[in-house]
Amino acid sequence: MRRRTFLTGLGALGTVGLVGCGSKSKDEYVADPGSLQVYSAQHENLTKAWAAAFTAATGIKVQVRKGGDSSMGHQLVAEGAASPADVFLTENSPAMTLVERNKLLAPLEDATRRQVPPELTPSSKAWTAIAARSTVLVYNPSKLPKAELPKSLLDLAAPQWKDRWACAPGGADFQAIVAGMLAGQGEQKTKDWLGGLKSNARALQNNIATMKAVNAGEIPCGVIYHYYWYRDQAGTKEGSGNTALHYFRNRDPGAFVSLSGGAVLAGSKKPAEARKFLAYITSPAGQKVLVDSQSMEYAVGTGVASAPALPPLATLQAPPVDPFTLNSDKVTTLMTDAGIL
Amino acid sequence: MPAFSDLDNRSARRPWLVVVAAVAVAVLVVAPVLVVFGQAVSAGTAEAGRLLFRPRTAELLGNTLLLVVLTVPVTVLLGCGAAWLVERTTLPAAGLWRTLLLAPLAIPAFVSSYAWTSVLPSVHGLGGAVFVTSLAYYPFVFLPAAALLRALDQGHLDAARSLGLSGLGTMLRVVVPLQRPAVAGGALLVALHLLAEFGVLQMMQYPTFTTAILQQFAVGFSNAAGSLLAAVLVLLCLGFLAIEVPLRGRARIARLGPGAGLRPVAHRLGGWTVPALGAVAVLAGLSVLVPAVIVLRWLVRAADSGVIEAGPLLAATGSSIGLAVLAGLAATLAALPGAWLLHRYPSRLAVGLERVTYVASALPGVVIGLALVTLAVQWARPVYQTAALAVAAYTVLFLPRAMVAWRSGLAAAPTELVEASRSLGVSGSGTFTRVVLPLVLPSALTGFVLVFLATVTELTATLLLAPTGTETLATAFWSASDELDYVASAPYAAAMIALSAPLTLLLRRHILDQR
Repeated sequence: MRRRTFLTGLGALGTVGLVGCGSKSKDEYVADPGSLQVYSAQHENLTKAWAAAFTAATGIKVQVRKGGDSSMGHQLVAEGAASPADVFLTENSPAMTLVERNKLLAPLEDATRRQVPPELTPSSKAWTAIAARSTVLVYNPSKLPKAELPKSLLDLAAPQWKDRWACAPGGADFQAIVAGMLAGQGEQKTKDWLGGLKSNARALQNNIATMKAVNAGEIPCGVIYHYYWYRDQAGTKEGSGNTALHYFRNRDPGAFVSLSGGAVLAGSKKPAEARKFLAYITSPAGQKVLVDSQSMEYAVGTGVASAPALPPLATLQAPPVDPFTLNSDKVTTLMTDAGIL
Repeated sequence: MPAFSDLDNRSARRPWLVVVAAVAVAVLVVAPVLVVFGQAVSAGTAEAGRLLFRPRTAELLGNTLLLVVLTVPVTVLLGCGAAWLVERTTLPAAGLWRTLLLAPLAIPAFVSSYAWTSVLPSVHGLGGAVFVTSLAYYPFVFLPAAALLRALDQGHLDAARSLGLSGLGTMLRVVVPLQRPAVAGGALLVALHLLAEFGVLQMMQYPTFTTAILQQFAVGFSNAAGSLLAAVLVLLCLGFLAIEVPLRGRARIARLGPGAGLRPVAHRLGGWTVPALGAVAVLAGLSVLVPAVIVLRWLVRAADSGVIEAGPLLAATGSSIGLAVLAGLAATLAALPGAWLLHRYPSRLAVGLERVTYVASALPGVVIGLALVTLAVQWARPVYQTAALAVAAYTVLFLPRAMVAWRSGLAAAPTELVEASRSLGVSGSGTFTRVVLPLVLPSALTGFVLVFLATVTELTATLLLAPTGTETLATAFWSASDELDYVASAPYAAAMIALSAPLTLLLRRHILDQR
């Protein structure tokens, strides 16, 4: 009796298993050599929208491997020249410069480079900006009146801000902001500020958790990127209805604008298709896909307007930081030494 | 058990092919641990010392140990108390409570954590972590405690009472020593799960070694800092394994000689019936019903707002089932040589090989995942980012489940039957397929199912090893819930619970079979 029960169970499981395997094409389990391999740390929705529009326009199939900025950057370095990746897309520039420093990027085509303003491509011409995002302070006006807002991001290290702000220090987004501070303010000031962060800030898992904690009144304010707030405002406002944004401006480290990068890998087995992909996403058509994707990131293509809800990029008074020298490894070391990582 | 020296005389006839297979499996299982230590010292001793001896490591160590020290006693109390009420008293509807109290095993801990934070965002930190993990893990103690209490021989208790022991004395001198090994084993399982837990603690914003290792992975892929933390975690695991041995105790209480075992007499609850019912109801409610109802509520909202996309949900279900079937088969096959060797040719070698698999499997998924990524990138590029590597990780992680199942199955196929078959002229392999296999198949299936279900809810190794383009139920749930998108994560949570539910029924049998 018992054995029969088990055998029935086995039969059922076997059937389920076969159905499960049968419903999937084999190429979902391995990199499909017929498709362009895109390693993307960018938002899944945006990457998917770009890939679908590109395939529709060119007939070239695209397979996306998801990941985070830093881990994917280091992964590409570990994989070296034999990496299956053809294209790398990041959310922030430090991961891209890491791959660039390891000489794993192919040179950018001139035509692609000319699709974005000259200040958004590195002098090495190894990669290009594909989108941009701005640092903001999200605050809950019932917990933190507008008059008491900090003048500078650096103020948040002062003792009166103890337990009054949150951020997501484990994420590449925040680490890019620290990299911007390191480039603009120098090592000692950054070190001191990180010490203040360790004692003052509540570390949350990501930007959304930070925004929602501020919205719920658990903490007065938090450092995030702008688009999480605009995305929520465009939707249900469930996670941001009780909050407002404060832009630091004045070339403050808190007004840092981070560039998302795109590049073709030197070891790509499909260099022509990879170059085509990068040219497409920075073209007016590709940048329009970004604007329409509701990702609320800034478009960077020449002559392409970002989503109307956003204050224009030029009005943000970002600090004059060269995005191509941002050093993520140094930031990791400083944050590890400060006991944050 | 005869002395090993006697047994070793038989080793001359040990089939070398089986030995080679068993050794190969043990090597596969140990390789990740060696990689972690190798990677950890690769930075050089000075750098390793700088990364290891810093306040952050002490903070993580303190957090991790505090969580274990608080949660394990709570799970032991809840598990033993509930087991006693269900199996040894006149508690009404015991069968229902037995099923309900095992059901938390069907709800992955990170799903119940998601359920609680979605309605009570203020539940976080140490308190929240202890609350959620205690409710999720007490069945690890409840299961063995209930099985043993059910198997308890009333003869022992009567004898103790007739020799003048009080009721309490009988409890302390007979029942507790009998329970000790099983409860210690359950507590060890809870402790090891706490060391490996990622999802719950990330949601509860409570950093431990495992969350810090994943954070280091996010920052630096497989860097020395992450591997060093992992090496410390390995040592912690080994420490817990060592502590558990003396906790088991050496007392042996067994029924000797023939005679019928007496069914235990249920303790009359009388006026305590209502409070006892209230206690088990609160426990079952908090650990199963509340999380399940919350998931269901989010699922209804997801259906109403039309965010459930059948395509991705089916694809993730298919990937989860596909990987779980492969892992179940691989682990069941990999466990066979070792279990067979231990059954037919017990020796120091066989016992040693078995222990090795246990030690490596006590490690968190993230450590195994990290090590296999490093191994594959450097030495086994063709399997990198393929399902094969993920299946290898699951095999390493869940091998003991298959091993335990094989062993209990092989015990049902005694050597005498094999010898009878051989004396009738059937070949060795013929005996295996015609005599042994039919007898052990049910147990092997149990092992397969246990590995299958563990794979479906595995998160951390899957996050590192899933092939490009593959989303499993666990990783799809995680990417939605990590953005606190409770609606979008609900269908994946519900699918995992639906796939895991059979586990409860299977384990219920395990208790009921004690009679």
